[in-house]
Amino acid sequence: MAEISTTSNSGPARWLVVAVPYIWLLLFFAAPFLIILKISLSDTAIAMPPYTPVLDGLGSVGDFVSQLDLENYLFLAEDPLYIQSYLSSLQMAFISTLLLLLIGYPMALAMARAPSRWRPTLVMLVILPFWTSFLIRVYAWIGILKPEGLLTVFLQTIGLMGPDEQVQIYRTDIAVFIGIVYSYLPFMVLPLYSALEKMDATLLEAANDLGCPPMKAFWKITFPLSTPGVIAGSLICFIPITGEFVIPDLLGGPDTLMIGKTLWTEFFGNRDWPLASAVAVLLLLVLVVPIMIFQNQQQKAG
Amino acid sequence: MKSARFDPIVLTLGFAFLYIPIIILVIYSFNASRLVTVWGGFSLQWYAAMWSNEGLMDAAWVTARVGVLSASIGTVFGTMAALALVRYSRFPGRTIFSGMIYAPLVMPEVITGLSLLLLFVAVNVDRGFWTVTIAHTTFTMCYVAIVVQSRLLTFDRSLEEAALDLGCPPVKTFFKITLPLILPAVLAGWMLAFTLSLDDLVIASFTTGPGATTLPIKIYSQVRLGVTPEINAICTILIGLVTVSVVVASIASKRAELRRIRDEHVALRGTV
Repeated sequence: MAEISTTSNSGPARWLVVAVPYIWLLLFFAAPFLIILKISLSDTAIAMPPYTPVLDGLGSVGDFVSQLDLENYLFLAEDPLYIQSYLSSLQMAFISTLLLLLIGYPMALAMARAPSRWRPTLVMLVILPFWTSFLIRVYAWIGILKPEGLLTVFLQTIGLMGPDEQVQIYRTDIAVFIGIVYSYLPFMVLPLYSALEKMDATLLEAANDLGCPPMKAFWKITFPLSTPGVIAGSLICFIPITGEFVIPDLLGGPDTLMIGKTLWTEFFGNRDWPLASAVAVLLLLVLVVPIMIFQNQQQKAG
Repeated sequence: MKSARFDPIVLTLGFAFLYIPIIILVIYSFNASRLVTVWGGFSLQWYAAMWSNEGLMDAAWVTARVGVLSASIGTVFGTMAALALVRYSRFPGRTIFSGMIYAPLVMPEVITGLSLLLLFVAVNVDRGFWTVTIAHTTFTMCYVAIVVQSRLLTFDRSLEEAALDLGCPPVKTFFKITLPLILPAVLAGWMLAFTLSLDDLVIASFTTGPGATTLPIKIYSQVRLGVTPEINAICTILIGLVTVSVVVASIASKRAELRRIRDEHVALRGTV
């Protein structure tokens, strides 16, 4: 009934509600990808914009297309730096996601099993750090992890470390992992919590009554029922971590290879826009499968 | 039942991990010493230094304007997108549309930033305040759409149907009935959009131009030079602002919820 009344009554308004956001996203989200693809096939030039060919007028379309080539992609394939960057980004993202699951799952479980009057406060306590700036939270870790930083001072004070020793974590991959786990933890905990909270507690009681040991009950009942949360949380973390720039740049060392950093350097450091575009297109190709899975899952949930 | 018992130790450790770095940052913004690890007594000098740092204040002003503008446009567009997704189950290209709503949520920022910059260069627009605002509107509207969508999914449509049946035009029904009911979600969406805009470094770095340096870009360039208590001071102010507004907003929405329940009770008693 409701569907009929809205569809028949609201002609222009209905059209507008769909069209305005649709056109905006086509212009500013979809169209830029076509441009990035085109520029990745162009050559660098010392000009503004720093690439050729530039399309000017419809007459030169044939000329324009003939100047596009795969040179940048061949360059990426030949230089081991780029391949290593992609592989190491995927590896860092994979390990970080596992660490996030290992830390986030017990937290989400404890939240879901907390007395129900506490739960809204606990959820808010997880969300609150997410509202404070990403940059600020990464910055906070620099002060802690620096060789002369607070962790060193703390370990020296409690006697675990001699007065001459210093913590050598800052500007290593370990610092990057700490920064990533810290920044992405709310994104992992919340989907896990919402999956675990919906779970029927009587299932576990039944398992217990039938003599199933708690650990076995966890792997047979709790974990399988929470898989939608595990998948959602993992994808929400894994995909952006692969392209992460701020954390490896501020906490990582010179040998921390991540593709987001490589793209940034190509663009801002070397001003090689076509190569940076090719790096972005390949990163998108690497992530297209996880992104599609994520979208499908969201559409099902929505 | 051992496995299902509530475990406070895990939660304490987890929250300690989440909060200790932020608390340390706040404490050291009041440090009289320039050294970040030596406590030299309580002082507000870094707040004074921050206040007189014109570059920082200009950046804060740019960030606030970009934030308010992009969050407001993003909230309007995002609410429309949420309505489109929930209310209209069939229109041409709906799959592409919902894809474009979900993809920006996980898209690495370097890709979004670079692609938007190349668009602005291709159409020959001067980069600055407006290009950052457009970029922020584009990604924040998707977050708003998700927040409002989840409210619309649990929405009781009988009031809307009653209004429509009584001959109220659909647009008026939306503003008189639907919007007031989903308003908490819309406001939450606005706040989320505003803080995301306030927070963004990567997309702003790509899409900004001369004269439109935002606060994260400014903070980032100073952080690269080293940790200074001045940065701690501005971070503390930002954390304070966000904490106060989130707590106030959640209390206000809880009050509104209670009032709504009470009103419903009164209304029901009135009809009996």
